Amino acid sequence: MTIIVKKTTQLIAGMVFMYGIYVIVHGHLTPGGGFAGGVVIAGSFILVTLAYGGDFLKLVREESGTTIVESFATILVIMIAVSGFLFGTKIFFNNFLPKGIVGHLVSAGVLPLYNIFVGTEVAASIFIIFLSLIIFKEESPK
Amino acid sequence: MELAISIVTGFMILGALYAIHAKDLLSAVIACGIVGYSLVICFLLLRAPDLAIVQIVVDTITLIIMVAVVINSSREESYSRFDTQGYITAATGILIIGILLYFFIISIQSLDVLGKSSLRMAKYYIEGAAQKTGSANLVTGVVFDFRGYDTMGEAVVLVTAVLGVLTILRLKGKK
Repeated sequence: MTIIVKKTTQLIAGMVFMYGIYVIVHGHLTPGGGFAGGVVIAGSFILVTLAYGGDFLKLVREESGTTIVESFATILVIMIAVSGFLFGTKIFFNNFLPKGIVGHLVSAGVLPLYNIFVGTEVAASIFIIFLSLIIFKEESPK
Repeated sequence: MELAISIVTGFMILGALYAIHAKDLLSAVIACGIVGYSLVICFLLLRAPDLAIVQIVVDTITLIIMVAVVINSSREESYSRFDTQGYITAATGILIIGILLYFFIISIQSLDVLGKSSLRMAKYYIEGAAQKTGSANLVTGVVFDFRGYDTMGEAVVLVTAVLGVLTILRLKGKK
């Protein structure tokens, strides 16, 4: 890509990443949540990849790392769901943490944790679909 | 508001029709973008900001991925003339669509008016969600607390889809 695209990417990509984290963390207060924020985070990675090419992120190793992160996030979501068994009543997806005050950042029990893990999982999934469609062509044997 | 939604829906139909008939595949992808962004406007008019945010982000990412794929592959649509079997297939499709439309018209007369439904579960969700879940955003409260199984299923479906994409598209095996 040209120098204009690269410089603009340098300026924008970090802000896009931070905005994705904001959408995920404030998911139980404002519109948005794990899915939207995860896709925004994946968008920042896609921006960097499109501007600087496949070699910029050392993508051969990034690919296996992304699958591990995504599977790990899913396992964590299920483990948080199961951990309701250990505390309180025997209900799957029990909201066992204290609720707090409605409208504060630290409130709503386990819902922010669900948001964070689902966001991680969605970001990894979208990014690896993008990588498999774009990058695998380059490493195929001629 | 219904007039605005009708106009936007008309745009969506035009975009979908153009996407089918475009010679250049890049134009077809951009026309699919018209459908997605018009859907965002529909969600905003119907006061659903959560859905609008998810739709606009996912639509943008999908458009980027599709443009990248189309640029990397051939942009010309492979076009073939109808033969006899093509006509038989088209006639069968039109017949099935007509039958489905008949049952659709029968079933839609027994439904409630849009937005004025008398669903008891939804009323229960709306009344006590903020106190029961402690979440100020009602949608997050429903998605992650009342309907936790659905969200876990979506996450598992996404992981399964990624595994399928990797299995199909990976050209070089692991060493």
